[in-house]
Amino acid sequence: MNIIVCGSLVPDPLQTLEPITGPTGPALKNEMMLPSWLDPWAGHALYEASNLAAKNPGSKVYLVSLGPKAKLQQVMMTVAQKVPFELIALDGSAGGFTDAAETAAAIAEAISAIPGLDLNNTLIFGGWESASRGAGATMQIVGERLGITDQFEGVDSLEIQADGSLKIMERVEGGKHQISVCTAPPAVLGWATGNLPEPRNNPQVGMANMRGIMPSLQKAKPSPVTTGDIAFASVSLPSQTRTTQVVKDVPPDQIAAELVAWIRG
Amino acid sequence: MNLILLHTEADGTLSKLSLETLAATIALGAPFSVGIVGENTASAADSIATCGAGKFLTITGPEFGQARYATDAAAAEALIRAVGPDLVTTPATSRWNRVLPGVAHRIGGKVDSHVTGLVMADGKPQATRWFYRQRMEAVFSRSTRPWLLALEGGIAAAWTGAAGTANAEAVSLTVPVSRTSVIGFEAPAADQQTIRPDADLLFVTGAGWTKKQSDGLVKTAEAETLILDFLRLSRSSLGSTKSLVDLGGEGVAVLPFLSHMNQVGQTGSTPRHAKGLSTCCHGEEPHTVGWRFIGERRAISLDANCGWSRGKADILYVADAFAVMEKVNVLLGR
Ligand SMILES: Cc1cc2nc3c(=O)[nH]c(=O)nc-3n(C[C@H](O)[C@H](O)[C@H](O)COP(=O)(O)OP(=O)(O)OC[C@H]3O[C@@H](n4cnc5c(N)ncnc54)[C@H](O)[C@@H]3O)c2cc1C
Repeated sequence: MNIIVCGSLVPDPLQTLEPITGPTGPALKNEMMLPSWLDPWAGHALYEASNLAAKNPGSKVYLVSLGPKAKLQQVMMTVAQKVPFELIALDGSAGGFTDAAETAAAIAEAISAIPGLDLNNTLIFGGWESASRGAGATMQIVGERLGITDQFEGVDSLEIQADGSLKIMERVEGGKHQISVCTAPPAVLGWATGNLPEPRNNPQVGMANMRGIMPSLQKAKPSPVTTGDIAFASVSLPSQTRTTQVVKDVPPDQIAAELVAWIRG
Repeated sequence: MNLILLHTEADGTLSKLSLETLAATIALGAPFSVGIVGENTASAADSIATCGAGKFLTITGPEFGQARYATDAAAAEALIRAVGPDLVTTPATSRWNRVLPGVAHRIGGKVDSHVTGLVMADGKPQATRWFYRQRMEAVFSRSTRPWLLALEGGIAAAWTGAAGTANAEAVSLTVPVSRTSVIGFEAPAADQQTIRPDADLLFVTGAGWTKKQSDGLVKTAEAETLILDFLRLSRSSLGSTKSLVDLGGEGVAVLPFLSHMNQVGQTGSTPRHAKGLSTCCHGEEPHTVGWRFIGERRAISLDANCGWSRGKADILYVADAFAVMEKVNVLLGR
């Protein structure tokens, strides 16, 4: 089985972000200088993919990443230590303001170009949303472009059953999971958190991965994704900071009474 | 012409979010039609018969009682093609969020999800949504039509009006072949369901509940009782920090009723509640971005310099949450 994970990079969540107007629309101030991470939900997808591959000998995990080549290289140094995969790098913007449809088109094209890929033996994984655009749109469009109409979003678990069917749990409203069975691949799965902790660094895996990662980065296809037809009227940081009243040295009884009045009020 | 695309709930009704989407779209002032997908759609259409829709179109059948990509995407596509709208609005339910981007691709349209504002500006629709997981907000428009928008709650008050006879037209559709069947749902037992989207109050627990306290002891059992008692007495919804839910994955004995579904923040949820109370949580940015849509905010932390003190809460009580919540529960129980 092939498991193709779509995932790119996002700015470190602890960084303060500031929007600026760039030549092609909104962008982040010092975008190329900001430390980046593997997009968290795509990261969960990658760890789940690796876990699934380990349980199904002969499986192969690909990571398709569209991002600025130089930044991808930095992020891959860390990601490569985690789990084995073959990188397919695409050189273009990973910014949040680009149009998901363009990103999806570039990713779908890269997947279609994998030599000898049998889609009927392939699962397409990604995060159910990025931490940049935060739209939850890319994976579905990738699926449509590849002709895959068995799609799942907000996935927290995938089990391959004895008959080869896929049992999938997706997040739905009210803290529930919907359980579906899909008879066989191909399928698109946008992962939420899943069930696996972040794998520990494994230097051997890192060395093996890096042998493929460097050439992949070198031949990364330029993929100029843009904001498409979006006209941004404004991009702003939330202005509302509250005036925090810090209440100290007040006995618990009094705080409790105040809180209960507030809760009931 | 705009199209409001709705689906029925398991009981055949329309959700509050559907009625909010209806109201938000009506407020744009353009003529509109309503499309409804579901196992039974007649009573849902009748319930909004007087909303002013030019037409009610439905796709009905047992296959559409289940939320599944292939059937829902085909239904949405058929309804959009039947109307030929400029704008398509849907409530941002898990069901529409799953299919809308794919549908946009099929019909040559464009899509935006998680829309938190929709107005007319210079005669054109303009949407608001957040980027970088609630860290910045953008106002924008698109030139492509149809433009599909999944609307979050809170944009407009739910539509209210008299029921009537909608005279809905059934749109015919060959049910697409799907290899997927929905076999059920998994939810905690009703009395253990801690996520309550309709609650007034979000109650957030942080890793502090499992940390060594001033007397040198870890009091997880006590924490569990205090938290569960509070949830029962206040009927609030339980949110958590990442640090606390992650402990479960690392094999440490923690609060068994918490899962990643409770996690609020950058890689968790961004729930909507009128009030939020944070306990034993440091109020770091990756957590507090998940509070973007929480109205009044209070926090209890031992640390006077925690993130909550820096403009993130209205009131920070510098106190021991164990002591305070015990008293709170006593008062609520009276
Ligand atoms: C990529 C990424 C994504 C992330 N996403 C999220 C996310 O989605 N959600 C999220 O929450 N975090 C997220 N984080 C983690 C975040 O940065 C913080 O580490 C986390 O929120 C801290 O959790 P905490 O406040 O519960 O724990 P801590 O930082 O350990 O704070 C515990 C607090 O409890 C207080 N305390 C202890 N005992 C008591 C007591 N008896 N009474 C009152 N107070 C007490 C302490 O003073 C302290 O302030 C993310 C981080 C990264 C890197």
